[in-house]
Amino acid sequence: MGARVGIVGIGHCRFGNSSDYDLVDVIAYSANAAFRDAGGLALRKEVDQVFVGNMASGLFNRETAVASALVSRMNMEPCPAELIENGPASGASAVKMGYMAIASGMADVVLVAAGEVMRAVTGWEATDIVATMAHKEAEYNMGLTLPGFAGMVTRLYMEKYGLTERDLALVAVKDHDNGAKNIYSHVQLPVTIDAIADGPSANVVNNYVAEPLRMYSTCPVTDGSAAIIMVNMDSPKAKLFKKKPVRVAGIGSATDTHVVHNRADPLVLGAVKLSADQAYKMAGIGPKDISFAELHDAFVIFELMNSEECGFFERGKSFLAVRNHETDINGRLPINPSGGLKAKGHPVGGTGVSQIFELVRQLRGEAEEGRQVKDPKYGMAVNFGGFGNNVITTILAKD
Amino acid sequence: MAIDELEKKLRPPEVQLAPYPSKVITLASGETMVVRECRREDTPALLGTVYPLLGVAKDYYDVVAARMYNEILAWYRYRIANMFTLVGSINGEIAGIVTSRHVDSHLGMSLHTLTIKRGLRVGAQLFAAKMEHHLEYLKEDEVWIVAESPIGFKRWMIEYELEDRGSQYPAVRHELGGVPTFVLTRKLWDAVRAVKNTGTRPVAPEVLKTADKLTMPNEYVQLPGWKRNG
Repeated sequence: MGARVGIVGIGHCRFGNSSDYDLVDVIAYSANAAFRDAGGLALRKEVDQVFVGNMASGLFNRETAVASALVSRMNMEPCPAELIENGPASGASAVKMGYMAIASGMADVVLVAAGEVMRAVTGWEATDIVATMAHKEAEYNMGLTLPGFAGMVTRLYMEKYGLTERDLALVAVKDHDNGAKNIYSHVQLPVTIDAIADGPSANVVNNYVAEPLRMYSTCPVTDGSAAIIMVNMDSPKAKLFKKKPVRVAGIGSATDTHVVHNRADPLVLGAVKLSADQAYKMAGIGPKDISFAELHDAFVIFELMNSEECGFFERGKSFLAVRNHETDINGRLPINPSGGLKAKGHPVGGTGVSQIFELVRQLRGEAEEGRQVKDPKYGMAVNFGGFGNNVITTILAKD
Repeated sequence: MAIDELEKKLRPPEVQLAPYPSKVITLASGETMVVRECRREDTPALLGTVYPLLGVAKDYYDVVAARMYNEILAWYRYRIANMFTLVGSINGEIAGIVTSRHVDSHLGMSLHTLTIKRGLRVGAQLFAAKMEHHLEYLKEDEVWIVAESPIGFKRWMIEYELEDRGSQYPAVRHELGGVPTFVLTRKLWDAVRAVKNTGTRPVAPEVLKTADKLTMPNEYVQLPGWKRNG
């Protein structure tokens, strides 16, 4: 095993609509915030490597080579900088690259910054651009979109396990309750089960997006960025940063078939399980040791399925845990204390780093009142690229 | 005020429109929004609510606010015919306003939709209420609609799959200008009303009472840092 890797600086912008701003500025905002958190902007000169996570700036913003632009915008030349693209898991992949760079000995300090400005285009165009990650001949050209896919999988899960639309709404209520308290969240509005599921106006207030998925089963189209500073905890450079490192305890990643219909069972997210198992093994822990988790819930069905693949609940039983409030902020295993992609928002290429930002905040005890997990030891993040076909799981530890 | 002969000529003929029955909608936040038809005494609160948005260029709030201000003022001072205004309020505070005009028994002319409270589809609910008034209570056959903002275009033209009559210009020409006119026909309304229009009637008297005296918002998400009494 290589060097011990820790996170000593974190930055985040308020998610929402940043379409008036240039993507590079949006990412630089969080990167600068991470340096300030770590001890000051002068620390930029200590960085050995920059990795930038972004999914589709060429399509959303007609802007490419974002990593080169970022180092220039931040006056960090001649620091090496590369762009990491792995669909909506670009952020977590950039974190993984940062870990590998330090663990291998090639770098002692790495800036990982990620973001996306999606609202530069209409919601329909954004849906289309995101859909380009599906298999071109078998899926994208057939008109499949991610909401459409998720709708079909949700229906299948309902028929097999007895999930109801009300259960989906319960996940949204929990996520929005957390998101409403998160100052970085896109949607800072709590919602009630009566309003979005039980009441007479629910069918219109919470309209279908891709039946049986409704508006409150689906993440918003969001702009935003997040950044972290990773260090070799055993390097003398680690002492330059004022914050105590939060250790990267485990990272795992795996892939699955690009074409979803090639999977034996579409309800099995094999890459999530494989990546989670790798991360557990590397960290030397198991599901019962996890204090809280940030799970990729672009559609709330994914929060449920991911929580099963990570070993938190039996297959087909996770929604029962939601009914029992086990995943609430004060429950047995808080899930998505940030609000998740559902409420915090999902700027696709930025989400993976935003999840790590949240893990660090929680492990430091810096989350807002009402959504701080009690005495957390290990936080876990699952970032999902494609339709579960490229997944990165990260475990952070408070030593 | 005594109405002299010239004033009589300047005023449009008064036609008694069918009233819009108030309703209440539970928003996603759990807050209840009362939707009711505006009365003349609501005018100061309506104008005072719209006024601060005259300077907000984003999402064409300035254009919509300026035009809506003009419409409400003209209605108050008897310079526009057969106009109606619906307001959505939460605990009496104005959350959104829509304006529209009854042209004749066949045609309605949708004017403007202004959302004050964002993120809860207040504008979508009020627009649906406006269409409900035109087609269910005023019994018109169709409503002509244009949009100034991309958000409006998405909400109305695309989500309602409105009929594009732009090719029939100038025979089909919305009163607000020369942009393409889209049309909500009764057939289209029948296809979408179950998923677009909601609300409970009758409204309990104690709930309706909360909307009796309208109040202006003290803050606007569209105007960060702005306070009415600040």
